[in-house]
Amino acid sequence: MLTKRIIPCLDIKDGRTVKGTNFVNLRDAGDPVELAGLYAEQGADELVFLDITATNEKRKTLASLVNRIAHAINIPFTVGGGIASVEDVRVLLDAGADKISVNTAAFKRPDLINELAAAFGSQCIVLAIDAKQHDDGDWYVYLNGGTVSTSAKCTDWAIEGVKRGAGEILLTSMDHDGSKNGFAVDITNKVSSALSVPVIASGGGGTPEHFFEILSQRADAALAASIFHFKEIAIPDLKAFLRKRQIPVR
Amino acid sequence: MKIAIIKYNAGNVKSVEIALERLGVSSLLTDTAEEILSADRVIFPGVGEASSAMRYLKERSLDQVIRGVKQPFLGICLGMQLMCQYSEENNTDCLGIFSEEVKKFNPDVIQLKSPQIGWNNIFDLTSPIFAGVAENSYGYFVHGYYAHLGMHTIAKAAYGMNYSAALSRDNFYGVQFHPEKSAEVGSKIIQNFLDL
Repeated sequence: MLTKRIIPCLDIKDGRTVKGTNFVNLRDAGDPVELAGLYAEQGADELVFLDITATNEKRKTLASLVNRIAHAINIPFTVGGGIASVEDVRVLLDAGADKISVNTAAFKRPDLINELAAAFGSQCIVLAIDAKQHDDGDWYVYLNGGTVSTSAKCTDWAIEGVKRGAGEILLTSMDHDGSKNGFAVDITNKVSSALSVPVIASGGGGTPEHFFEILSQRADAALAASIFHFKEIAIPDLKAFLRKRQIPVR
Repeated sequence: MKIAIIKYNAGNVKSVEIALERLGVSSLLTDTAEEILSADRVIFPGVGEASSAMRYLKERSLDQVIRGVKQPFLGICLGMQLMCQYSEENNTDCLGIFSEEVKKFNPDVIQLKSPQIGWNNIFDLTSPIFAGVAENSYGYFVHGYYAHLGMHTIAKAAYGMNYSAALSRDNFYGVQFHPEKSAEVGSKIIQNFLDL
């Protein structure tokens, strides 16, 4: 049976893993290659690396880091952060990434998704969406690491992204990110129900119960960072907890 | 040991190359008949779309080269599907190494998302390439089309129904999942293939 995936996320800044709260206050969380190897060994189903300082001059550094990661682990991994062109993606895939995630650049120029899907296939294009709930109760897309608001509704953009060729959606609730108060269940269910592709829930996972809550509903995978980096929950323990509650996990 | 990875227009072969490096063996990415036919092992990876991949292979006569390979040959994902008789993906006649056909997952029928993405069990394992691999081990799958069960099935997976997780005939093997990304289980399968 297809299992629900547990995905540790590593935010990368200047080649180190960092973690903040609500997208700010960054703390050092270790060497990404070392952490990646540890997570793979512990049974992580996939890894996501987001380069939060991605700039053109740093792209080469990122590619060499990606290559080291690819040699260290034998599970799939996604790389994101500042990707804006077919060439950006080619460099990362050639370095050994399995998938890439796009966010702001895709929103600003949606044809990017079509171009990437045509060049590399939908299976390696993850559309990352950072969303926040407004007073009207609806969820809206935010850009540039959550600093720029838009008037686009999260579900509409997810549907359009998939139509254009995104193979998965990584949905981060900015309201929940770093809070450890649980995932955004309602919007994740809504987006997942509207789509034929998997949805990865992100933001707010703080306890095994939170993972059970989100994975027992419509999310296909759950992503978290700090609880894994700071060893608050070990992946084997989390999976044992979920398995006991009838969530299919590897 | 000389390992050839067939170079064509279908997706990301780097992961396979690196997986081999993790096992301590190097490989050669090539599209020439001479290098493919003289290799000790041939790997045919691939992600992407069937009809354009087949067209590319035919234009370079790689379809003939592949059918003529005598050494152990391993197709992965789209590679395995192209080794089948036919694919519903843009009505494509494939290489015909396996008589099985490739169909599209119908989300309305299976009541599941398509493509299938993630870790699923492989079972009813009946081939030396699964030596030492436990029944119901997990493989990493990413696919919207599947090969039905048939006389060449050597492993099954279930996604709404049972289908072929792997096929083999003579020296030809094909796996729907990605052994290069399937953790220890995948490494074991690749090693078994190298040890054939």
